[in-house]
Amino acid sequence: MEIVLALAIGVLSGAGIWLVLRPRTFQVLIGLTLLSYAVNLFIFSTGGVRIGAEPVLRGPAGSLADYADPLPQALVLTAIVISFATTALLLVVVLAARGLTGADHVDSRGDEEG
Amino acid sequence: MIQHLVILPILLPLATAILLLAGGRNRPAQAAVSIAASLGLLVAAVALAVAVNTGEMSAIYRLGNWPTSVAIVLVADRLAALMVVLASVLGLVNAVFSLGRWSRLGPYYAVFSQLLLMGLNGAFLTGDLFNLFVFFEILLAASYALLLHGSGRRRVGAGLHYIVINLIASLFFLIGVSLIFGVTGTLNMAVLSQRIPGLAEESRAIFHAGAAILGVAFLVKAAAWPLGFWLPRTYDAASAPAAALFAIMTKVGVYALLRLGMLCFGPDAGPSAGFGGAWVFATGVLTLGVGLVGMLAARDVGRLAGYSVIVSAGTLLAALVFREPAVITGALLYMAVSTLGAAAFYLLGGLVGGDGADEFEDPPLLEAYDPDDEGLYTEEDERAVVIPAPVGLLSAGFLICTLLIAGIPPLPGFLAKVGMIAPLLNQPPGPFPAAGPVLATILIASSLFSLVALARAGIQIWWAEPDRIAPTIRLHEGASVGALLFALLVLTFAIGAPLDYLQNTAHELLEPGRYVAAVLGPEAGR
Repeated sequence: MEIVLALAIGVLSGAGIWLVLRPRTFQVLIGLTLLSYAVNLFIFSTGGVRIGAEPVLRGPAGSLADYADPLPQALVLTAIVISFATTALLLVVVLAARGLTGADHVDSRGDEEG
Repeated sequence: MIQHLVILPILLPLATAILLLAGGRNRPAQAAVSIAASLGLLVAAVALAVAVNTGEMSAIYRLGNWPTSVAIVLVADRLAALMVVLASVLGLVNAVFSLGRWSRLGPYYAVFSQLLLMGLNGAFLTGDLFNLFVFFEILLAASYALLLHGSGRRRVGAGLHYIVINLIASLFFLIGVSLIFGVTGTLNMAVLSQRIPGLAEESRAIFHAGAAILGVAFLVKAAAWPLGFWLPRTYDAASAPAAALFAIMTKVGVYALLRLGMLCFGPDAGPSAGFGGAWVFATGVLTLGVGLVGMLAARDVGRLAGYSVIVSAGTLLAALVFREPAVITGALLYMAVSTLGAAAFYLLGGLVGGDGADEFEDPPLLEAYDPDDEGLYTEEDERAVVIPAPVGLLSAGFLICTLLIAGIPPLPGFLAKVGMIAPLLNQPPGPFPAAGPVLATILIASSLFSLVALARAGIQIWWAEPDRIAPTIRLHEGASVGALLFALLVLTFAIGAPLDYLQNTAHELLEPGRYVAAVLGPEAGR
């Protein structure tokens, strides 16, 4: 289980870093999305990976080992919402840059210096 | 009652932003609400600082009144209150300055300013690492909108880079926070500070890795070399009042490094004591050097101000590593003065005008996106009162800014520089034995180079090309910059009380036990 999670994080962040270093804005955007997936999985893994353990207490508490750590899950939820919102904002700016400069290169300044 | 004063600097801007957003398009009413709220925020911030200073303990606010072990806390110690006061001063100046033509460049300028203030104050007041992340994101999201205010090719281009860089830095932030949480099991800074000495050896390595990654995220915000190339272009592209507000944003990174460095890596931290100090010092010195080279190379006021912000960040990073009350006092004074000085510089740069001076005549296309608002570019504010003889006033302001930024007597910039240099020469405990005198030498040189760069820019603007100076200043613009500079002038003569406050701040920072005791109760402090 751990090795699968580690590999997934590694592959996602590798692909994300490569895409972020690409010259087109859309590739950068997708790269950032992949990177934030990788980071979210990473946060999730800091609570320890348990199969079939609940994070929410129901009824009388048994042993601590029966439960997953709820805090990383709460952190991940927040991180997902924030990175989703900022990525959406970035998408708008990417579209605006495309409209203003007529190109989708990250350093594009259009025909003339503005 | 003091308890609720702690959360007021966060709630007040939020409520104002909602009110401004929902309150329709009555422009005089909006201006009145925005200015009244900024004034109220300043009063609340000063009251908080006074309350924190007179009460011996830091004021702690547990959200929802949960027990401290599970609560998310806000902590107002002297450093946090100082930063909140700085942010509120800039907020008020910004609210007055941006009336009329500046806020008319695009919709919702005042709303985003208030949200930025909320994020700043939250980041300064929070006592929880993850909340720090959330408030960082709030202030960054507001800053994206403020940077893009007015639109245009330059702003969108610079904004694209700025947003991408900050998103990546936020990912670093998250990785660092989760590593620290994974090892220590807490996000509360006070609890964290307590758990560090007892960490197991193998966990400590991971904790250090997490702290270093978190530090990288803060250094990106502080625009330290080599992570700060985004700053000059971004701030130069922003409209003048927005750039002035941004002047405090690099200080948020410095603040976070200072807070965590003092809490987590003090002498009590066992094997972790002093972790990263030498690296931060080296980064600070390099940042300072690169900023000076940039100032000497800059050809317009916007870039010059941008590099002066970098110089200021580098100075602070290098000076705040020293665990010596006198050095920290000087550095905190320098932080206050250089932040306000840089903000005034950006505002003056906007009034002098440059390449973008004609944007008021030829606004970018925004109307299509805002069909309900007929009045983004109406002429009504052109009836504003105009100050005569702008050249004299602007050049006087420029002179004051030069003296402040370069640290020339008699202004408080000089007091701050001396406050740092004099104790540094006594070889305070630092990252390596001769670090103090080395930094003192660099600081003296930095004053000289800043002065050369600023004097050259002054000659260029006032003597070589007097024709390009914009002919008019509105009364509220002149008044807000003038009031800010006048306040700094007054500070020269009334430095006593603020200096006492800063000395107390420095002592408080060097005794993290007091912070811990304030958060967790007296028995927890060492």
